[in-house]
Amino acid sequence: MTTHIHSERVRNRMKRRVALNKGLSGVFLLATTFGVFVLGVLFYQILTEGIPYINLDFLTGKLSTMPERAGIMGAILGTLWLMAVVIPVTIVLGVGTAIYNELYAKQGKLQKIIQTNISNLSGVPSIVYGILGMTIFASLLNLGSVVLAGGLTMSLLVLPIVIVSSQEALRAVPGYLSEASIGLGATKWQTIKNIILPAALPGILTGAILALSRAIGETAPLVVLGVPALLLPFPGGLFDRFTVLPMQIYYWTLDASLVEEYQFLASATIIVLLAMLFILNGTAIVIRNKFQRRY
Amino acid sequence: MVENNKESTSTVRVKSMIEQNRQKQSFRAVGEKAVPTVLLVIALISILTTIGIVFVLITETFEFFNRVSLVEFFTGTVLRPLSQDPKFGILPLINGTIISSVIAMLVAGPIGMMTAIYLSEYASDKARRVLKPVLELLAGIPTVVYGFFAFTFVTPFLRQFIPEMGATNILAPGLVMGVMIIPMIASLSEDAMNSVPNDMREGALALGSTKLEVTFKVIIPAAFSGIVAAFVLGISRAVGETMIVAIASGSSKNFIFDVTQSMQTMTAYVVEVAGGDTSPGSTIYYSLYAVAMTLFIFTLLMNILARYIARRFREEY
Repeated sequence: MTTHIHSERVRNRMKRRVALNKGLSGVFLLATTFGVFVLGVLFYQILTEGIPYINLDFLTGKLSTMPERAGIMGAILGTLWLMAVVIPVTIVLGVGTAIYNELYAKQGKLQKIIQTNISNLSGVPSIVYGILGMTIFASLLNLGSVVLAGGLTMSLLVLPIVIVSSQEALRAVPGYLSEASIGLGATKWQTIKNIILPAALPGILTGAILALSRAIGETAPLVVLGVPALLLPFPGGLFDRFTVLPMQIYYWTLDASLVEEYQFLASATIIVLLAMLFILNGTAIVIRNKFQRRY
Repeated sequence: MVENNKESTSTVRVKSMIEQNRQKQSFRAVGEKAVPTVLLVIALISILTTIGIVFVLITETFEFFNRVSLVEFFTGTVLRPLSQDPKFGILPLINGTIISSVIAMLVAGPIGMMTAIYLSEYASDKARRVLKPVLELLAGIPTVVYGFFAFTFVTPFLRQFIPEMGATNILAPGLVMGVMIIPMIASLSEDAMNSVPNDMREGALALGSTKLEVTFKVIIPAAFSGIVAAFVLGISRAVGETMIVAIASGSSKNFIFDVTQSMQTMTAYVVEVAGGDTSPGSTIYYSLYAVAMTLFIFTLLMNILARYIARRFREEY
């Protein structure tokens, strides 16, 4: 008795398996390019609708009830003011927390609580932060929907991003650098200040910029906070009412069902917002590639 | 004489230097002790944020349940906050949330997964270098822009094929939300698949498997916990997503299942009520907190579940 290998059958089976592999690899590639395709459609729509509306009057003008005369200077300034609050607050709180967690905290209960808490916070929907901001900053502290209230709300929202990326950056600094510094007689804080932080700076900055771009693109918390879209005087300080680019986009999109022109204004505003985000992210990439040292 | 003078000044200098140094060191020692305390206080702010969120939500939600019973809230299918005879049933909102999330996951799940498979198992280095940044770009687009896209492009586009579809509906925002979540599912799943050791891949290939068989019989089972965690996080993201639905799904509070019609999600309800002029102290104002609390608990549980799955069921190699 000998078992026969049906060479015909084996060959057919092999063919089928190889063909399936090839066919599905094409499907996988197609699925991967789906995202690229949608991005293309989105950019095409925004650019064709928005570009004709972008001019100096639009960029520097005030809001107007007439769509053809509306400008977004107020929203641009509002976004810049928001950044002016978010940058210092998140860097101080985020980097401070990261230094504590990575370099000072003992591996104990408290550190574990802080760590778990941060990863839970990063999953909280942004609108819940809006409710926090509305209740604590706007109502309880009686600030109203001003730059400071919006900025603090956004800072809390993006804080987990800054903390996590800063911790990663600090962790990536090799131990021998700090050991050498301690060995030369430097204290712990001197070592952190003069050795570890400078070495981790590119990583920290990259994370901070990414967090910032999240903050200036967010809308939901500000809607809840009561930030208006129609605002005639420009914001000039922390306690002024303000509006931001995403709010402008939101209201103009809603208005588009009434007057079509608002849709094009929204497109133009989206171009400005995306341009700001590209500049920020481009800066982050340059910092990452140019200054990130591998030890 | 002159030399002597020089000597005395230099002694003085050394002495004062020692003195200065001592002062500096004691100053430094104080600083050295103060720094960890200051940093601890800063680190506690993130905990304070959580306490703040929970405290705010709980106190105001309690006030809400003084006025509306728990049973009416969680089993009511009628939501009419603004009428003369207001009803506060959350089921229409939960229904809208589930439907939009399911639509989103039907898009993001398969496409994200296939993207992860392609990037991790099939793509050349060159293809990966081009495709990954594009996906990151997709992830970095503000949600309000996606909302704009759903409302002004996807809905009109779909209405060409489904004429009875409303100008606001749950289908278009659900689909767009899916596109938004693709990068998240793709990159988390890809991380999980990448962390499967190469020997396993090579072993299976050496035994004559095709790449497809390696992927489905070796890599995906080995990376399964990470992939499930990615899906759970994706669902949590879909549930918490606000602007897309706030713009494109309208504000109808009907308890219906027709995806071509307007429905409201929990997040969109919060936007509608908070964005409108509701006076603090009214029942509708407190309903905001009850809905947000439900949302908060749900997403928190999902995130804890995702972490638990990723850790508990991880295959160690």
